Amino acid sequence: MALTRSRSSRGRPRGHDDAAARYTQRTGKPPPKPPIVALKDATVVYPGGHVALERISLDVQRGEFAFVVGPTGCGKSTLIKMLIREVEPASGLVEIAGYDINDLAMSKVPLLRRRIGTVFQDFKLLPNRTVYDNVAYALQVIGESRSEIRRKTPEIIRLVGLQSKIHNYPDQLSGGEQQRVSIARAFVNHPPLLLADEPTGNLDPETSIGIMQLLYRINRTGTTVLVVTHDRDMVDKMQRRVIGLEEGRLVRDEHRGSYHDESTREFAARLKAQMDAEESRPGD
Amino acid sequence: MGRVVFFISEAFRALRRSAAPSIAAIVTIVVTTLLLGVLVPVLKASEDKAQDVRDQIGLNVYLYDDATPAEIEALGKELAAIQHVTGVEFISKGEAVGILQGRVKGDLAQSIDELKSNPLPASFALDLDDPANLNTVSSAISTVGPSGEPKPISPIIEEVKDARQDASKITRVTGAVKIVLIVLAVLLLVASLMLVGNTIRLSIYARRREVEVMRLVGATNWFIRWPFIIEGVIVGLAGAVVAVAILWLGKVTVVDPLSQNFELVDSFSTMGFLPLVIILVASATAVSALGSGITLRRFLRV
Repeated sequence: MALTRSRSSRGRPRGHDDAAARYTQRTGKPPPKPPIVALKDATVVYPGGHVALERISLDVQRGEFAFVVGPTGCGKSTLIKMLIREVEPASGLVEIAGYDINDLAMSKVPLLRRRIGTVFQDFKLLPNRTVYDNVAYALQVIGESRSEIRRKTPEIIRLVGLQSKIHNYPDQLSGGEQQRVSIARAFVNHPPLLLADEPTGNLDPETSIGIMQLLYRINRTGTTVLVVTHDRDMVDKMQRRVIGLEEGRLVRDEHRGSYHDESTREFAARLKAQMDAEESRPGD
Repeated sequence: MGRVVFFISEAFRALRRSAAPSIAAIVTIVVTTLLLGVLVPVLKASEDKAQDVRDQIGLNVYLYDDATPAEIEALGKELAAIQHVTGVEFISKGEAVGILQGRVKGDLAQSIDELKSNPLPASFALDLDDPANLNTVSSAISTVGPSGEPKPISPIIEEVKDARQDASKITRVTGAVKIVLIVLAVLLLVASLMLVGNTIRLSIYARRREVEVMRLVGATNWFIRWPFIIEGVIVGLAGAVVAVAILWLGKVTVVDPLSQNFELVDSFSTMGFLPLVIILVASATAVSALGSGITLRRFLRV
């Protein structure tokens, strides 16, 4: 899936063309798609010399559900910002679906961001727009027709369970509800990649499970989901790939648990059961 | 088409939501447009007046009384052939008295009638293409002889006179007035631009987070910018319309009654109200829209 519709040579897949041609010649089959996220020695240095990320190399395959964990200030949020090109790496390669995004012209950056859904820790909702308008904005941005907007928006709001608050303003919603709006806005375009920066950061455990359940459901539609969190409990329960960062360095990358097909309902039930078990344990 | 509707509705939404800064911007535009609306006609009027005076300046060639009609006719042709002369009018002794009688009234007019003979000379009134050529033309008619006395091109010429000294005085005064007014107008324009820019910047600064969010969900710069520009157009239009209404009120209640009684004021309203309105509305709208669009730039670098 092409991430941008760049006509110029900027932003074209790099290095994949030759490899893909050779692969097709050898096997007679179309080449496998490049990983949705590929980092090669990516280093981010903030003005003032602070190194936020240091030589990070990792791949995230399509359809994966992965966590990025680490203490505050380890570079988790910078990683997200780097993937939507809010910050640019000082060196190294950042590829999304095979495209070097730092080779992208500034005018093409919005196109990149439209193909990546982003859920922000502070929600980043537009304060003077209703739930409906906030979600619809993501569709208006890509030039969706009004009839499509009128069809898709209520649908996605129903998916995140906010149909009763569709005409409320963000300040009339709880944190969990605002996070759901944020997720709805990120997912309404059905992007191939969804990034979530501390989606459960400010929420109680019960609500967190609801949000995770929602992200899991989105993942099951084929969307790659990358969740940044410091909530180790949640990560342990989810049993998915975990990427650990510490002081800007990659310290852990492991696939935990099995990738068996679990329905959203089973998934939620398992999480809840684990949490109840913890609560009933004395002194914990 | 759907986009245009969306942008306009976005602009109105923003105006509704941030009423106070919008009103501040409108008031700023009203005040500066009003000042410009007064200054521009004054500038235009003084410029026109100066032009008027300059247009009236010509040369008068006075003739001896004993000139024969044939000589006069020959001189007329000769004068008309001189470069920069655009018109030659012969004023006979009789016509000269008529003109004088037209200018003076009462006892003085009567005393002209009582004169037994006509003391006024016949003359040629010359129109020039440009008052700057006065010297050239007058020296072409009357060269200065070696001993210093004037040596006219024809023996019937008694004297060549021009209103140069008056003219240069008038030109100097109107020139100074013009410079003062232009400096004032430019200062006012700069001040109003900065004031409008600042007001717009404040209202955009209040919404910079919103702009940031729009950037992060993949809105292109122009997608974000258009509603702001339309908002600027609406604010500029509203301010200009209010200012024009006040100007019109002032024209109807103050300037028009005055101009009926005083010729001086009448001569000042040389500028049509409609072109003035068009200029004011267009410039207020343009400044406001450009101000919005340009100020937004610094918030679009996310």
